[in-house]
Amino acid sequence: MAASGMVIKRGKSSWLSHIGMIIGVIIVCFPIYLAFITSTITPEQVAHPPMPLLPGDQLLHNYQQAFFSGINAPVWKMLVNSLVMAMGIAVGKIMISLLSAFAIVYFRFPLRKTFFWLIFLTLMLPVEVRIVPTYEVIANFGMLNSYSGLILPLVASATATFLFRQFFMTIPNELAEAARVDGASPMRFFWDILLPMSRTNIAALFVILFIYGWNQYLWPLLITTKPEMNTIVMGIKQMFPVGGEVPDWPLIMATSILAMLPPILVVVCMQKLFIKGLVDSEK
Amino acid sequence: MDKQVTFNNRYLPYFLLIPQVLITAIFFFWPAGQAVYQSAYIPDPFGLKSQYVGLENFRFLLNDPYYLASFKTTALFSCLVTAVSVGAALWLAVMADRIIKGATAYRTLLIWPYAVAPAIAGVLWLFMFNPRIGLVSWYLGLLGYDWNHVLNDNEAMGLVVVASAWNRISYNFLFFLAGLQAIPRSVIEAAAIDGAHFWKRFWTIVIPLLSPTTFFLLVVNIVYAFFETFGVIHTITAGGPQQTTTILVYKVYADGFVGQDLGSSAAQSVILLLLVGILTIVQFRFIEKRVHY
Repeated sequence: MAASGMVIKRGKSSWLSHIGMIIGVIIVCFPIYLAFITSTITPEQVAHPPMPLLPGDQLLHNYQQAFFSGINAPVWKMLVNSLVMAMGIAVGKIMISLLSAFAIVYFRFPLRKTFFWLIFLTLMLPVEVRIVPTYEVIANFGMLNSYSGLILPLVASATATFLFRQFFMTIPNELAEAARVDGASPMRFFWDILLPMSRTNIAALFVILFIYGWNQYLWPLLITTKPEMNTIVMGIKQMFPVGGEVPDWPLIMATSILAMLPPILVVVCMQKLFIKGLVDSEK
Repeated sequence: MDKQVTFNNRYLPYFLLIPQVLITAIFFFWPAGQAVYQSAYIPDPFGLKSQYVGLENFRFLLNDPYYLASFKTTALFSCLVTAVSVGAALWLAVMADRIIKGATAYRTLLIWPYAVAPAIAGVLWLFMFNPRIGLVSWYLGLLGYDWNHVLNDNEAMGLVVVASAWNRISYNFLFFLAGLQAIPRSVIEAAAIDGAHFWKRFWTIVIPLLSPTTFFLLVVNIVYAFFETFGVIHTITAGGPQQTTTILVYKVYADGFVGQDLGSSAAQSVILLLLVGILTIVQFRFIEKRVHY
């Protein structure tokens, strides 16, 4: 590998690649960097362009204000809401999908194909497409401004089921056979063999689903009318004043940074699992 | 396709399926059915009664210049987002693939945008291009260019395209990098020894061998641009100016929640449901083939 790499990767072209990469990284990261800079300066500095490109001295002040008071709701409250929603979606989806994938792969029963298609019809249909009727269903159940209203409609999708089905298909038949010969019940096989074997897949999928849930926007925008139920991603848009007033950009950017931080940490710290999850969930 | 070894149990599989089937039925099939039902009615102005109108909502939609324009906007928007994002990601991945030392560091920095919600991506780009205080628009002003995406529809489209493409770049980059690293070194080396220079190798070896990845990314990016860019549009342009950035998904929202035109919104949902249904079946067949060859 190293020796063969030397034929291609050496000399001038490698330097060019580094320079190109650095330019690419600067362009890609600049919007986030600028958001961070803005979160450390005063609104007056933003109002008189060009804004500075180095951090100011308002970091503590801005973040403190955002975190504890915010504009409509304090950020800590919105962070809690986002956390509950993201965890609920990730854990809920993984649980129901493990069970249904197990049923579909390891059992033969009447209507199996029908259930299979009923579930997989939802494979790609995002909530954005059916918002009005879904909103009415949630309103009928009295689940507006509630965590279950935020979570349940987004759990209804087959991506995770599909992934676990694919994975279960690759598990050697001998394992199930051995379990059956030993007289183990199906659920015993599920707990003692299937679940431990799926550990990495579950973790990888969790990373993807957590980010998916955290970054939801339209759904919380519709069903949380009380500021204290806002999730942080949708709460940012609510911080813009209606009409022509000037937005409090440093406060908005401090909130944006706080909103980006958890998913960025997840992606960067669990890079291997994240990439595995990405590749798995699109197979 | 099916497992050879299975368990025998008459009721257990149904119990295992209950949670998913219940949730799918209540939060997916019921609303979808409601959409179909509502699309055949027009509610009276007070919302007390609805009148059955058959396919009238659909006929109205398909003759509505704004709706047809929204189709065109969506097509243009998706193509531009896909082209920009896939193109930029390929460029970055080709360079990253040539780097031995420090490749992980670059990768780590390049995956950040994936973690940023589309709505926040919208806010970040809106801030840079804000006509009054944005840094980029200020420098453009120095160069004599008066940027104002609030009034200029081409600039508005450009801004939502760039923000959406930026949001997607990490994803495409990771898939391209994986695809590039899967190309056997020996093939490229053989070409290098035969005297093929970088661009020659790129066009005759790398691009053809990457084509499955590229094709996959094209499909996935179009789907993304269709359905997952609501947050970008809503934060940057809110569909404007004059509905020139109103993509289909945004129109369902704008007509249903802002305009309170439930019949039309339901009919739009049904059209989108059909569109996605077809896409799903196509992609599902495609996926099945990919997994088993």
